[in-house]
Amino acid sequence: MRLGWVIVLVLVVDSSTPAVTAALVEVTASAVTTRAHRCTVDARAHGELLAPQVDAVLGDVAARPAELHAIVAGLGPGPFTGLRVGLVTAATMSQVLGIPAYGVCSLDAIGHPAATGEPVLAASDARRREIYWAVYDGAGQRLVGPEVGAPAVAAERARELGVTTAVGDGAHRYAEVLGLPLRAEPRYPDACALAALAAERIRAGAPGDPLTPLYLRRPDAVAATVRKPVLP
Amino acid sequence: MADEPLILGIETSCDETGVGVVRGHTLLADALASSVDQHARFGGVVPEVASRAHLEAIVPTMERALTEAGVTLADIDAIAVTAGPGLAGALLVGVAAAKGYAVAAEKPVYGVNHLAAHVAVDTLEHGPLPEPAIALLVSGGHSSLLLVDDLARGVTPLGATIDDAAGEAFDKVARLLGLPFPGGPHIDREARAGDPAAIAFPRGLTAAKDLVAHRHDFSFSGLKTAVARWVEARERAGEPVPIADVAASFQEAVCDVLVDKALDACRSSGVETLVIGGGVAANSRLRALAEQRAARHGIRVRVPRPGLCTDNGAMVAALGSHLVASGVAPSRLDLPADSALPLTTVSV
Ligand SMILES: [Zn+2]
Repeated sequence: MRLGWVIVLVLVVDSSTPAVTAALVEVTASAVTTRAHRCTVDARAHGELLAPQVDAVLGDVAARPAELHAIVAGLGPGPFTGLRVGLVTAATMSQVLGIPAYGVCSLDAIGHPAATGEPVLAASDARRREIYWAVYDGAGQRLVGPEVGAPAVAAERARELGVTTAVGDGAHRYAEVLGLPLRAEPRYPDACALAALAAERIRAGAPGDPLTPLYLRRPDAVAATVRKPVLP
Repeated sequence: MADEPLILGIETSCDETGVGVVRGHTLLADALASSVDQHARFGGVVPEVASRAHLEAIVPTMERALTEAGVTLADIDAIAVTAGPGLAGALLVGVAAAKGYAVAAEKPVYGVNHLAAHVAVDTLEHGPLPEPAIALLVSGGHSSLLLVDDLARGVTPLGATIDDAAGEAFDKVARLLGLPFPGGPHIDREARAGDPAAIAFPRGLTAAKDLVAHRHDFSFSGLKTAVARWVEARERAGEPVPIADVAASFQEAVCDVLVDKALDACRSSGVETLVIGGGVAANSRLRALAEQRAARHGIRVRVPRPGLCTDNGAMVAALGSHLVASGVAPSRLDLPADSALPLTTVSV
C-alpha cells in the first residue's frame, strides 16, 4: 500500500548514546518533518527519561498514542543497558498499538545527515576507551561498519577510505587520536534522520522489523572453572 | 468478581521473564520464559545474558499471558512491574517495558518491590493475608525474615543473610557434588535417598552468642565450606562420596535453621501466620519441616505451590492487585529501576 497524499504521525526513539531522544515526526509522500522533540543528555538515566519524553511529545501535539502510525527505533550500536530501553519501549508500544516498528542503525542517523559530498566518519562513545563507528560516502551511504574498537583503528580505516571529516560525540571525545576535522552536528543520532531513513518502509506500509540491538560485543562472562580446594 | 481490578504483572529481576494476569485474588495467566539454560555453563546467572534474554522474551511472553487470560491490554486496569531489588540491567528491561505498555495503552503503572511480591503471591492460593504475618523469603538472591504489618504500605525487615543466600548455598553445594545448576531441585531429589542425620553439618548463627546480635539473621557460608571440607576429605582419602547423604544432611541443616528462625520470629512478634516464598520454598523438606514444627506452636504456615514460589509475573500482579484495592497511588512515569530497593518500600 502506498500512502500517496496521506500524512502519518510516527514516533521516533533512540537511546543508543547519552542523548535520550523521543520525537514525533510527520511523514508525507515527499517530506519528513519534526512536530515535537525531546532530548536529554544523561548517560545514566535512560530508563527514567524516555517514557516521560514519549508522553511529553504526544502531549505537545495533543495526540493520543492510538493516532501513531509507526515507530522508528535506533538499533544502536550503543552501551547495552541504555540501548535496550529505547528498543523495549518501541517493541512494547508497537505490540499494544498494533503498528509496525522499524529499526535503523543509530550511527546512520549521525553519518547520513553529515555527509555532504565527501566521505565522513561517524562515531559514538563505546566506553572502555573505544568507539562505535562507521564510514559513509559523500551521499551518506554506509561504506564500512558499524564496528566497535579503538579510535586509532577507526582513524586508520577512515584514512584508507578518504574520509575528510568526523562527526558524532565519539569523534569529539577522541578528536586528537582521530586527527580529522570535526563537524559540530549532529552530535547524537538525529531523530528526523532516523525517520527519514525508515521513510520508504513507512510509506510502503512494510511489515515491522524484529528490533534486534546492534550489540557488537559479547556479554562479559567466563565459564565456571574447576573449583578451588578449601582444604590446605 | 468481574468488578475486581484486572492487573498485569511484569517480572524481570533475575533470569525469568514473567508476565502474569490476575483479577482480584484470582490468577488468570502466568506466562514465563527462562534464560536459566543459558547461564548453566557459567554456574550462576550472568547479568548481561539475562538482560538480553529479557528483551527478546518480553513481547512474546506478554502475548502468551494475554491469550491465556483471554484479555487485551485495553481491558487491564493497571500494570505492576518489579522495580527492585534485583539485577540492575535486567530490572530496567521490565520497567521500560511496563512503561511502554502503560504509555501506549494509557494505563497507570506501579513499580513494586520484588520481595513484597513474593509474599503477595500467596493470596492467589490462600486468599487475603492476615496481618500481621511473618514472611520467610528464601531464594538464590535473597534470604530474609520480614514482619508484614501492612503489605500495601510497608514491611519491616527483621533479619537477612549476612553472607550467601540460601539458594546460593544450594547451587554451590550442588556444584561440589557434580549436580547441575540450579542446584535446588537436584539436591532435593538426591536427598530423598539420603540420611539427613548422616553428617552433622553446622547450623549458622544459632549459638547462644550469635542469637544476641543475629537472632533473626542467617549465615550459609560456613555451612557451604563445611560441606566442601567434608567432601574433599573423603576424596583425598580415596573414599566414595555418599552424594545422597551429603545432600540430605546439607539440606537438613539449611531447613532446620530457616524453620527455627522463622518460627522464633513468629513467637517473638506474637504472630500466628508464617508465609514462605522464594525459589527455596519449593524445597520439599523445607515445606514439610515448616508444617511439622509450626503445628506444635499453633502457627499456620502458608506456602504457595512451587510454581508460584519461584520468580514469576503472577506474584507482581498479585501485589499490584493488593495495592490497587488498598487505594495506593500509582508510580510516576519516571520511576527508576532500583537494584537495591529497600524492603520498607513496597511501591515506588
Ligand atoms: Zn525472587
